[in-house]
Amino acid sequence: MATIKVTRPKLSLLEKLYFPSIVKGMFVTFKHAVRSLRGKSIGGDSLNTSGLGVTMQYPEQKWDDHLPEYYRGVPTLVTDEQDRERCVSCQLCEFICPPKAIAIIPGEIDSDDPWAKVEKRPKEFDIDMTRCIYCGMCEEVCPEQAIFLRKDYAMTGLTRADMVNDKKRLYEIGGVRTGLVNKWNDIK
Amino acid sequence: MSDPTTTQLPKDLAAENGMVNVQIDGHWIQVPRGTRMIEACKIAEKEIPHYCYHSKLSSPGNCRMCLVQMGMPPRPAPGAEPEYNDDGYQEIGWMPRPVISCANTVAENMGIRTSGELVEKCREGVMEFLLINHPLDCPICDQAGECSLQEFSVGYGKGQSRFKEDKIKKPKNVKIGPRIRLDDERCIMCSRCIRFMDEVADEPVLGFSERGTHTTVGIFPGKELDNNYGLNTVDLCPVGALTSNDFRFQMRTWFLKETDSIDTHCGTGANITIWTRGNKIFRITPRQNDEVNSCWMPDSHRLNYICPTDEDRLTACLIKADGVHEETCWESALEAASEALKQFDASEIAIIASGSQTNEELFMMLTLATELGSEHLSIVARDQASDNMLISSDGNANSTGAKLIFQNSAPSSQLANILEGVRNGSIKAVIAASENLLEAAGFSNEDLEALELLISINSQANATAQASDIVFPGAAPAEKRGSMVNITGRLQRLNAACIPPGDARSDWEIIRDLILSISGEVAQEAPQSIDALSKILASSIPEFEGKHLTAISDLGDIVAETGHSIPLLKREAERKANGEIVG
Ligand code: SF4
Ligand code: SF4
Ligand code: SF4
Ligand code: SF4
Ligand code: FES
Repeated sequence: MATIKVTRPKLSLLEKLYFPSIVKGMFVTFKHAVRSLRGKSIGGDSLNTSGLGVTMQYPEQKWDDHLPEYYRGVPTLVTDEQDRERCVSCQLCEFICPPKAIAIIPGEIDSDDPWAKVEKRPKEFDIDMTRCIYCGMCEEVCPEQAIFLRKDYAMTGLTRADMVNDKKRLYEIGGVRTGLVNKWNDIK
Repeated sequence: MSDPTTTQLPKDLAAENGMVNVQIDGHWIQVPRGTRMIEACKIAEKEIPHYCYHSKLSSPGNCRMCLVQMGMPPRPAPGAEPEYNDDGYQEIGWMPRPVISCANTVAENMGIRTSGELVEKCREGVMEFLLINHPLDCPICDQAGECSLQEFSVGYGKGQSRFKEDKIKKPKNVKIGPRIRLDDERCIMCSRCIRFMDEVADEPVLGFSERGTHTTVGIFPGKELDNNYGLNTVDLCPVGALTSNDFRFQMRTWFLKETDSIDTHCGTGANITIWTRGNKIFRITPRQNDEVNSCWMPDSHRLNYICPTDEDRLTACLIKADGVHEETCWESALEAASEALKQFDASEIAIIASGSQTNEELFMMLTLATELGSEHLSIVARDQASDNMLISSDGNANSTGAKLIFQNSAPSSQLANILEGVRNGSIKAVIAASENLLEAAGFSNEDLEALELLISINSQANATAQASDIVFPGAAPAEKRGSMVNITGRLQRLNAACIPPGDARSDWEIIRDLILSISGEVAQEAPQSIDALSKILASSIPEFEGKHLTAISDLGDIVAETGHSIPLLKREAERKANGEIVG
């Protein structure tokens, strides 16, 4: 077996002392410190800096505008252009939800309602956010394009009950979603 | 085997037993002569998708879903002898066109192919036709999850639609009766509902109108589908065209747990399936038992159930103090009851059991009577008019069981004496189990007030519970495990679909604890479970020998001769004998 002899690099006296390297390092640090004080930190913009350095002062500053379209935040219910609640309480999301976060009580739409032909809508719709794992299965399974994971992620509450989003709140967060398939159109 | 004169051919061997040989997907089996092809395939464990065929109804053969390929031996040329292969069968000549398997019967040496290109293409075609005008309603359709159209579409359909035109509109959400909703767009024109109302319910109020793709099932003008057997059409409908108002939009079927039990509204003891989610009953459907209820049950029985979540359920023991009921725990209620009973002479105590209690519960009632030394033990008779279908003239579910257990051919005969005793003051204390005394028992409010002690087991807050000094909360039929004997002497099993609400318990447990409390015996010696009790029962009553709960077969076992029969089954047997139905 061939043996390779490695010789140690010969260091000059200056190199043998630690001091110059430390000064070099400090210089880099101070350069960034000065930039930071001038509000010019590298990457500061994209990280939504608070102005001082790259530190984001959460929750005053947030990164929300950077969230991609496919971000999986809080699951919510949506209405459409015609102001129709899209969910028909088919309970498929309740069935698919891995941690059983969804609880639906289905109900019938009154015959004098303008959308009476849809026949069915949820009477109650609760999503327990202490259970939800933000997996997005509910959105994927929904045959009516009624449930979407929105960009909200900061669900907080002081009690367990606070952490359950009821139907009213789900529609509040969900808002209006346009451009979805309009299955319940005039022909239907 | 090629010489038919020396060896018997399979056809002759089969014919000796009234059978024929049929080749199904390459395997030869023997089936009785006259069997429908679809039933022969069922025997061979080959599933044939079908919509209109139902063994208890006539076979119009109108859905075409059950198409199979069929073949018969070619007819020999004049003068030629049929040729047999080494196995003794003739070669099968396959027909180029399919046949429906539901309305054709098998023949000797017939071949059936339930798969293959021809059959698969036919099924795809039939599915495509059925679906062209079908609405995209599955998310709001109660049938979803148990819909044959969904299932066969996945199993045998094309997977996509080529239909670009506008679908035909038909009436939706039509109230055709007090309990049933019709959606014509979902109907696939199988005519099962029409045939059921005509042939079984004997009240033909449904029919088709229009033609072709416009064909619409509907109710005759001026009529309503309010027959007491109407909801069976909802079970029969293979799609979501007929739905039950009671179950409408209550719960998706895939969440429901099925528990096999029996109906306790009359002596017939129709076999049922209880569908629950959590501790709530969502619906009750009939379960096929050809010796009891065929495939049907009356609406009045299926809709009338007691659920643990009902508001009027009793959930705690109650003791009356100064005319007001106060909730208490089991220990103090049982102790209060046994103390109170000890104040009376055995002859002053009467025990009123219920003909709708299970065998095990009745056995405990009898044990209680023995323990107290009381001679006054009776059930409450409930004679009613039979509807000449399934509802029997005995309103009690378990009169036959009471007869066997009390060893008394008239287990309700004592009731009149008890009532008389209450009125003349010789009976001062009554223990009533699962009976509202103000109803069938014939007690009046004054009678109850005249009693010095009334102890009752009730599942619901009724007038008897109101009048009782001590109330034990009991279990409803859907919460009980046990057995009953129906009017034809069939021993059948109830299974618990729910657990009783709150502190409520099964009657047998309550009576057991009451007996222990009176006798002061150690609890370990009493039966600890319903199954242990049923074993004691099976060894005490000769008719139940060996028939403890787990030994009863799923469709019940005959344990007594009663001479009773069920009118609907008689008619079904006649129609079967006439060849109208498969049965
Ligand atoms: S995101 Fe996942 S866990 Fe959360 S509600 Fe939807 S299915 Fe359930
Ligand atoms: S899957 Fe969609 S339509 Fe169905 S219950 Fe959930 S949100 Fe509503
Ligand atoms: S009948 Fe079946 S296929 Fe048609 S909408 Fe209902 S569930 Fe869907
Ligand atoms: S309503 Fe149902 S049972 Fe009646 S014909 Fe239509 S699909 Fe068949
Ligand atoms: S089941 Fe045979 S034609 Fe309908």
